[in-house]
Amino acid sequence: MSTDDVYRRIYDNPKFQSLVKRRGRFAWTLSIVMLAAYYGFVCLIAFDPKLLGQPVSSATVMSWGIPGGLGLIFLCFFLTGIYVQRANGEFDRITREILAEADQ
Amino acid sequence: MRALRSLFAAAALTAAPALAFADSINGEVHKQPTNYIAIGMFLAFIILTLGITKWASKRSASTKDYYTAGGSITGFQNGLAIAGDFMSAASFLGISALVFTSGFDGLIYSIGFLVGWPIILFLMAERLRNLGKYTFSDVASYRLSQTPIRFLSALSSLTVVAFYLIAQMVGAGKLIQLLFGLDYLVAVVLVGVLMVLYVLFGGMLATTWVQIIKAVLLLSGATFMAVMVMVSVDFDFSKLFADAVAVHPKGVAIMSPGGLVSDPISAISLGLALMFGTAGLPHILMRFFTVSDAKEARKSVFYATGFIGYFYILTFIIGFGAILLVGTNPAFKDAAGELLGGSNMAAVHLAKAVGGDVFLGFISAVAFATILAVVAGLALAGASSVALDLYSHVIRQGKATEKQQMAVSKVSVVVLGIVAIGLGVVFEKQNIAFMVGLAFSLAASTNFPILFLSMYWQKLTTRGAFLGGALGLITALTLTVLSPTVWVDVFHHATAIFPYKYPALFAMIVSFVGTWFFSITDNSAKAKAEREKFFAQFVRSQTGLGASGAVDH
Repeated sequence: MSTDDVYRRIYDNPKFQSLVKRRGRFAWTLSIVMLAAYYGFVCLIAFDPKLLGQPVSSATVMSWGIPGGLGLIFLCFFLTGIYVQRANGEFDRITREILAEADQ
Repeated sequence: MRALRSLFAAAALTAAPALAFADSINGEVHKQPTNYIAIGMFLAFIILTLGITKWASKRSASTKDYYTAGGSITGFQNGLAIAGDFMSAASFLGISALVFTSGFDGLIYSIGFLVGWPIILFLMAERLRNLGKYTFSDVASYRLSQTPIRFLSALSSLTVVAFYLIAQMVGAGKLIQLLFGLDYLVAVVLVGVLMVLYVLFGGMLATTWVQIIKAVLLLSGATFMAVMVMVSVDFDFSKLFADAVAVHPKGVAIMSPGGLVSDPISAISLGLALMFGTAGLPHILMRFFTVSDAKEARKSVFYATGFIGYFYILTFIIGFGAILLVGTNPAFKDAAGELLGGSNMAAVHLAKAVGGDVFLGFISAVAFATILAVVAGLALAGASSVALDLYSHVIRQGKATEKQQMAVSKVSVVVLGIVAIGLGVVFEKQNIAFMVGLAFSLAASTNFPILFLSMYWQKLTTRGAFLGGALGLITALTLTVLSPTVWVDVFHHATAIFPYKYPALFAMIVSFVGTWFFSITDNSAKAKAEREKFFAQFVRSQTGLGASGAVDH
């Protein structure tokens, strides 16, 4: 049996189609969250820089920009974390099942 | 006005890691007294890394071992190495300098370098690992004609590597003058020779471990500095900011965006260059093939994101610490009240302020080690483009033996070393501020579109990828020459023909539209065959079936 046949069999497996769809949706959702957060931040700086310069409270000179910027750094870390968690767990488990089925 | 200009200059510099150096590169650098502690620590680093190279040389015989460390690097180690590629001396000194001079703006720039990583993870990392073997051109040319696609990706990779390398070499020369009190030429030759030794004998394994060691040293040093800064303000961020605002010449303005990205087009273009340029840098992409499978590739990005993010938080604290502990101390300033050695020295002076001469020596040695580690990665990426793409596929049409190909690879490394030293000498007194920005823009508008569309778009054909990628390359190069950074700053014309500093937004549109147009209008039989091969590539990219594994000897 040629490799192409194996690929075809995997491709036709509904499990594969559902994995691709779910993983794709998950990856694109997270990407859009990341892009929206970053370009939102950039546009805020470009169009209304004063807003981020406002102090968080009257008791401190710390501006909203600081928690905003640090928040973006944590967001990057958090989003990569949940993606890896799900991809290395759930998605990889389904992938192994699909490969095992194709092998039979 | 002067302050404003230098602010803008600093902004342009920090646009990309090595760019941050341009301040010290462009200005007159004053050779400092010879620093023996720093030289001693640096020698220790060299001895350690050469020892690793010797160890690695015994494990780098086959092609797979040489280019990918046999796929034996773990996700955690690779994450550190990737972070090391990003934590250049320039981003350490440059971003802390930008925080020192304008506060919050430093944070804006550092974030730009981080945000590309989640996107790479979500959309590219596992497909890249599942499809490729040695370089990203394996992926780009997976179902397309090998010769044109590999030719184009090798050409753009070598261009990217060359610009990046020039920036690093010149930066190394200047840095050594500042930190060690050695000659520029000595520094450039030393960097070139060590780079060749690491790569020639140790391949990817040595290159990776040099990067890991440096990353650990740099993270430890920066952590110590940030902790000492926080000790001085009783671990109270409010106090840190309040004290900084009280002593900074710009006062409370350091808490808000300082007009670095006042123009939305430039801001978005820079954001695109940073985000997608990262996903097209050959020396970064090759690191995805050093791990055993997609699982480890994902972990690499997770750890890299964590380390890079942590590092940028540290540089932010270090920059504010420098405002408090360096900016207020006349011992670190010249008669005119400027920082000794320029504002890029803020973190170095802070090292002395919090840790004395020994720690200053340590940070100086680490800063230089950083450049070495980055150029080694660049040299390996360049050599693999020449040997695997140009020689093996374009010239020999896939008929070269492993032995011949390794020989070409080793010759390329030596030639690259000589060229790098030559370029370092030639560009010593040139304005090179645009170079790393250009490298990111080229990567974003040539490598990234081809790579991304080859993985995601079934209708892509060889003709579309080649013409679209070539158009992106030409557009990015042309717009950079016509932009203020080259037309005005290098050629000294009064006004720029292309008004924006970063071409990525326009070049990426040209590249994507060109690729789309020349693909959909391609009705040849070959194009049809290429589209039919997509499904097999798709299954492999999703499942990893048939992917090159860790043990493939």
